[in-house]
Amino acid sequence: MARMSLQDKLAILSDAAKYDASCASSGGERRDSRKGGLGSSGGSGICHAYTPDGRCISLLKILMTNFCIFDCAYCINRVSSNVERARFSVEEVVTLVLEFYRRNYIEGLFLSSGIIRSPDQTMGDMVRIARCLREEHGFKGYIHLKTIPDASPDLIRAAGRHADRLSINVELPRDASVRKLAPEKRPETIRSAMAQVRLEGEAARDRTHTGRPAPAFAPAGQSTQMIIGADGADDVTILQSATRLYSGYKLRRVYYSAFSPIPDASSVLPLIQPPLLREHRLYQADWLLRFYGFSADEIAAGATAGHLDLEIDPKLAWALRHRGLFPLDVNRAPREMLLRVPGFGTRTVDRIIAARRLRSLRYDDLARTGAMMKKARPFISLPGWSPGGLTDSAGLRARFAAPPEQLRLL
Amino acid sequence: MSFAVALPRRGIFDAWRAAARVAISHRIPPEKIDWTGAGGLFEASPLPQAPGPHQARVPQGFVGLAGSVIWHSAPERLALLYQALWRIDRDEGDPLSHLDPLGRRLNLMAKAVGRDIHKMHAFLRFRELPSEGRRRFAAWFEPEHDTLEPGSRFFARRFADMDWLIATPRLTARFENGRLTFHPGGTRPDLPEDASEALWATYFANIFNPARIKLDAMRSEMPRKYWKNLPETRLIPEMLKDAESRVERMRQAGASAPRPGAAAISTRYRAAMPQAEALPATLDEARAAALQCRRCRLCETATQTVWGEGLSGAALMIVGEQPGDREDLEGRPFVGPAGRLLRQAMAAAGIDPAQVWLTNAVKHFKFAPRGKRRLHQNPHRQEILHCRWWLGLELAFIRPRVVLALGASAAFALTGDDAPLGPRRGRLETGLHGGPVLISWHPSHILRLRENAAQARAREEMAGDIAAAWRKAG
Repeated sequence: MARMSLQDKLAILSDAAKYDASCASSGGERRDSRKGGLGSSGGSGICHAYTPDGRCISLLKILMTNFCIFDCAYCINRVSSNVERARFSVEEVVTLVLEFYRRNYIEGLFLSSGIIRSPDQTMGDMVRIARCLREEHGFKGYIHLKTIPDASPDLIRAAGRHADRLSINVELPRDASVRKLAPEKRPETIRSAMAQVRLEGEAARDRTHTGRPAPAFAPAGQSTQMIIGADGADDVTILQSATRLYSGYKLRRVYYSAFSPIPDASSVLPLIQPPLLREHRLYQADWLLRFYGFSADEIAAGATAGHLDLEIDPKLAWALRHRGLFPLDVNRAPREMLLRVPGFGTRTVDRIIAARRLRSLRYDDLARTGAMMKKARPFISLPGWSPGGLTDSAGLRARFAAPPEQLRLL
Repeated sequence: MSFAVALPRRGIFDAWRAAARVAISHRIPPEKIDWTGAGGLFEASPLPQAPGPHQARVPQGFVGLAGSVIWHSAPERLALLYQALWRIDRDEGDPLSHLDPLGRRLNLMAKAVGRDIHKMHAFLRFRELPSEGRRRFAAWFEPEHDTLEPGSRFFARRFADMDWLIATPRLTARFENGRLTFHPGGTRPDLPEDASEALWATYFANIFNPARIKLDAMRSEMPRKYWKNLPETRLIPEMLKDAESRVERMRQAGASAPRPGAAAISTRYRAAMPQAEALPATLDEARAAALQCRRCRLCETATQTVWGEGLSGAALMIVGEQPGDREDLEGRPFVGPAGRLLRQAMAAAGIDPAQVWLTNAVKHFKFAPRGKRRLHQNPHRQEILHCRWWLGLELAFIRPRVVLALGASAAFALTGDDAPLGPRRGRLETGLHGGPVLISWHPSHILRLRENAAQARAREEMAGDIAAAWRKAG
């Protein structure tokens, strides 16, 4: 076999990495290179480019290798796949990261890997790459390391020393699906690893008994990914699972990735059209869980047979089923109720609350808060506007759900 | 009398601030100042040199807002900012608020500037220049507003170990040996080819998933106006043209035959994975099997099985209800707040936890997520019964002389009797395993007692029960 060029390897190992949705580079600790080294991080992340699939490129997202001894049915790199294989050396990854970084293509590295020989061997090699970037090259940019399932706690600790973020994928929303489709993975050890990352992160934020700060551990926290549509789990099951992940392991993000067809597919999984709209609705619901005070059960109340309404967003679906709570008096309603008005975002609500301390708001003022008035109108009342019978009208859902129809000339 | 103010292009924020300070100190109304510096048809004079008698105070928020708006390309921004200052000074409404028409306009301008700076940080691309010594890079960028000056600090912090130059139509930033300087702008420089661009293009084309096209999402975040200076965007038409046929080929190909040799690897790995013995013969085997327990549905929501710990031949076994939040995360029994209370009581009685066996009636944490927390829920009767299998194995292998049952769930699991705990507390009963079971309060029950006197009494009772059980076991 001819020796592969760096370009060949990059093609294979980025193609192999694209099914991981996360590319976030936000929330790390503040660092910069004014006292040596290269790079900076902290604050909100930067997306350096977008591909036509609508996903951002913030990090160089690659696999260390796509050789893998696991046989996960949904994965292009599973051991039984006939895909072309490659492996980067430590130096190759380091060179790519630094040269891309210097040209302002990326914020840093997101390194994942197929599992070679053993989980510990793989995790150890990945930690070596991160350590080389940090210690030998003074790299201050962002590093996201994928935690290999069943890697030893010591290696996870070492990974957290160098990485801004760690992630381990729960892969599927139900344990039974993981056991069936990813027989080498064990849901309980995946969860234990997430628990460890949470505890190590908390311990690192505490000061030691001498008062010195403890060594940093993944300052940008952890995230995970669930594949949507590869098993029969409904949206409510998915959101309940996400709620447990957020409350148990303090995840920064749960990513939902619509299962998409892969070349060289397994016979266990159908080659379906990726359910992109469903993925979108799940992200909206996820936002409601994290920033709008909704619980999974409340979102479930707006769902039908366990699934979110695909035609309207989950907040609107909830509001339509709880019309008795509306219209809301914008000048008096508490913050937690304002957050439930369709068309009001968190910033809109902040602005309303700040402004109404000084004076009573009128309808004309609202548009300047950034509210989506068309959506909010049936659910609010304030001087200058009353929805009258609109809130309870039978055709309200249709006003939002009806897709704009193109009229044709005869 | 009217005034005309001409401000320099560079350092414009400080210059505007100084001019505005003088103007407001003389109480010059906004309509009397032409900030474009032209003066118009009427005779206009420059602002007075010396400050006037009036001292204006502005909120910090105004300085921040002005510090962004000033870089906006609209010429009227200077006049709008002075109008806002004027109104703040005269206490006329809140011109910083989004709900005020002027405030809304200024905030939108600040947002546009912030976005322009952010997009420069995102979409600027350096090319390497030949050099000896420090590496040198250069870039051409066309911002929408005058954002190179406020935006270049970011590059100075990020790329401190190299020299770089950013040219824009209006301004050029140069960073050499750690010093940032500004020079007039110009036209697009001719930058040499950079070999890394081909690698970058390879990455861009391969990280793209042809099965999910979302062009609107791409265009809204990476507007077309930036494309001409982004080398990778040249690939987009080709990638799109190809996408449909690639997906179609995947569909046509369907499932493939497994790679030869793969089955052997899978078989070997799976054989080495931990197996659960159906009938464990030792305490260690029982533990290994319990780690994979799926006898009820609690295993799906909890993190892990929390097995007992301590001395495998202990004379005293202490059984609680179930692991709590902390125990679930750490995988060890009695390490949360209730566990601390128990361990304190044991220490007071002179009992080393390593000399007893600490465990729970139910081995998985049962909870309900509420916002960011997990609230403990009592296990159902069925869950306790399912988990008694494991408690029975612990009893069988450890063979304690006495068992201390903390709380109703443990008492029920050990004796099969679910009668109320109050009258039973402090008494010895015979367990289903045939040995003596002393019944006491669960420490988390004690922690929940609101009244100080009641809590103190319950603490004493539990401490007394622990000591009594230890004596009986010894």
